[in-house]
Amino acid sequence: MRGRPYDEMFDAEGTPRAHCRHYCDWLTEQPSERLVQKRAEADALFHRLGITFAVYGENAGTERLIPFDVVPRILPAHEWARLEAGIKQRVRALNAFVADIYHDQEILKAGVVPAEQILGNAQYRPEMQGIDVPNGIYAHISGIDVVRDDEGNFCVLEDNLRVPSGVSYMLEDRKMMMRLFPELFARHAVEPVEHYPDVLLENLKSVAPEGVTDPTVVLLTPGAYNSAYFEHAFLAQQMGIELVEGQDLFVRDDILYMRTTRGPKRIDVVYRRLDDDFLDPEAFRADSTIGVPGLLRAYRAGHVTIANAIGTGVADDKSIYPYVPEMVRFYLSEEPLVANVRTWVLRRPEDRAYALANLPDLVVKEVHGAGGYGMLIGPASTRAQIEDFRARIEAHPERYIAQPTLALSTSPTFVESGLAPRHIDLRPFVLSGREITVVPGGLTRVALREGSLVVNSSQGGGTKDTWVLGA
Amino acid sequence: MLSRTADHLYWMSRYIERAENMARMIDAHHRLSLLPRAPEAVLQGWQATLVSLGMDNEYRERNETLTPTAAFDFLAFDREHAGSILRCLRAARENARAVRGTITSDMWETLNTTYLESHAFNSSMPESGRGDFIEWVKYRTHLTRGVTSGTMLRDESLYFTHIGTFIERADNTTRLLEARWRDPGGRGERLMAEASEWAVLLRSMSAFEIYRRVCRDSVNPIRVTEMLLMRDDLPQGVHRCLDELQANLTAVANDQSAETLRRVGELHAQFHYGRFEELCAGGIPSFLDRFQEKLRDVGARISNDFLASGSPDESWSPSMTQTQVSSKAMS
Repeated sequence: MRGRPYDEMFDAEGTPRAHCRHYCDWLTEQPSERLVQKRAEADALFHRLGITFAVYGENAGTERLIPFDVVPRILPAHEWARLEAGIKQRVRALNAFVADIYHDQEILKAGVVPAEQILGNAQYRPEMQGIDVPNGIYAHISGIDVVRDDEGNFCVLEDNLRVPSGVSYMLEDRKMMMRLFPELFARHAVEPVEHYPDVLLENLKSVAPEGVTDPTVVLLTPGAYNSAYFEHAFLAQQMGIELVEGQDLFVRDDILYMRTTRGPKRIDVVYRRLDDDFLDPEAFRADSTIGVPGLLRAYRAGHVTIANAIGTGVADDKSIYPYVPEMVRFYLSEEPLVANVRTWVLRRPEDRAYALANLPDLVVKEVHGAGGYGMLIGPASTRAQIEDFRARIEAHPERYIAQPTLALSTSPTFVESGLAPRHIDLRPFVLSGREITVVPGGLTRVALREGSLVVNSSQGGGTKDTWVLGA
Repeated sequence: MLSRTADHLYWMSRYIERAENMARMIDAHHRLSLLPRAPEAVLQGWQATLVSLGMDNEYRERNETLTPTAAFDFLAFDREHAGSILRCLRAARENARAVRGTITSDMWETLNTTYLESHAFNSSMPESGRGDFIEWVKYRTHLTRGVTSGTMLRDESLYFTHIGTFIERADNTTRLLEARWRDPGGRGERLMAEASEWAVLLRSMSAFEIYRRVCRDSVNPIRVTEMLLMRDDLPQGVHRCLDELQANLTAVANDQSAETLRRVGELHAQFHYGRFEELCAGGIPSFLDRFQEKLRDVGARISNDFLASGSPDESWSPSMTQTQVSSKAMS
């Protein structure tokens, strides 16, 4: 069922692909001791810089590095151009979808997406119904996960429209590569990514509430103990905005303020890095101590913009994902430029029958799962694990979708035994403001264990610098 | 600036300063133990230090007997003890991490590296390594100070960093003096011995040559105390710390800080216009005690005027944790 995976650097005969020839020439000249030494240098630097993630505590071992691979993933200009157009189109459609859902729900009326799928979804926020958001943008920052099938075609695996993370690694990986191998950048025209924070800040300012000329933008973090705290601090610093926690903010007369050493200061735009559930204990989870009581009131009154908007989760849920190509046709009257991975929705009897008959070949995912948890990879699972999932699916089919086991493309990766192919994916970051911008490339995640298809950093994945070559 | 950010900066610099001064205090004992002193006198010296740090009770809870090695380990390495040097370095780094977007990358890297390197030190290291530890702490804190002054923008964030540094230093210098004055083994008729013991104190504060240069006198307790309290040109001196505290507090003044500023001014005036003999008329140790109490009051007022986060969940608020830590270590 699974074909031979597509390799990013070498064709089926093992010859370097045209756009990688230059890099391969260089790579073959490098003694492996040099790569070992550079990798150690990168680890030491990441440690010193404190570019870490995961659980935080007293022991040094609980602050972990995401392994960084010194071999970049290289994309030629023409391939990137196609992919970029495809994900921009997709994000346009997704934004239109969220706007529609929280207004007239045309797409439900037309029967393109079943209404009960939306209105009964835990991510649907009735509080947002009828609220107009600045410029009609809901997902200001999106991370669209794409993979290649065995023929090398890109397809979207997942949309992340809530609080996608990882962009700091994209930026730091590039800095690290330039520091370790400056000579490579002299020889290759690699499209820069450094302007991401500028574009992001510009976009956040552009969606300030009407009438605000010099908006105050803040980044709201759950705090220093959150696994992505490094990224929050990094982005706030790069944009020159305050990094705030819920305890720093308060709402008075439906206006949001932060507590400063000189008294309260009004806030116009919140780039939030915590989930809807925790944003406002008055409106959502009452036990949230990291949110701001009254934030939803201020938001509904139009006194503050929240990015991403509340309620975007209704569009990136795995149960909604199968409908995205239809959204593109419905809102844009265009054909999708980048396809979905074929998906069986197990709530549907015919899809379920197929999936249950083919479990050993399929990947089954929980509709609400994330981070690579709650997932069955058929070919890599034991009979018992498969039977366990079969029982779970039969009990709650609506909680699962199934997809073919993708071969995921591979990229040469410098592992303990030397250079070896490892599976990768790609998360480009899409910024929506007055226009839609995608910084060339994105975050390439790599599954470091041989044969593994799970690239999540919580499951031993690493990252690579991603190069888009100039045209 | 966010109140919470100011709070973290203030505590970050207090912990750095405290780590350094603890190292200097331990260093003084380390050097004293090389002098021909009776073992009881050495222990009395440690006892006086623990009392002046407000850590004697906690020491006794955690140790059966008082020995120089156990006291060293308790003050330097004990990770269970919130007042130890290793814990101060960690607390400094935790605070820096919470505001790593506000401090410069160089500062963050310096503090983070200090923390990472600190894992190499523990109570099982050989005697010779202990001196290295003291030197390492001094080196890292010098470096931190240099990076701070060399890279930080001259704005509110630096002012709050300074406020933390100087209030802590004023406190620590008076504690060092107090420990020496309360050490019964360090007084009495043994004048020569006493002189060398006070010389050790000066050396541990890197102030011995300065004493010679500005006092042009043999080492005597009164002159040493006067110098460390009254001179406004001595960076370790209390007068200098109050100059800095006053200037930095003035720079960040807000609507509610006038009374705090007035109290600091009053305290400062004692040193600026007062006579040493009159200030200490009731005895030097009790003057030092009263001074420390006023400084604690100023510290509490600074927290209240600028730093109070007013978090709905007080038990979670970082400023609260530090209030607890500090009151334990300082009371």
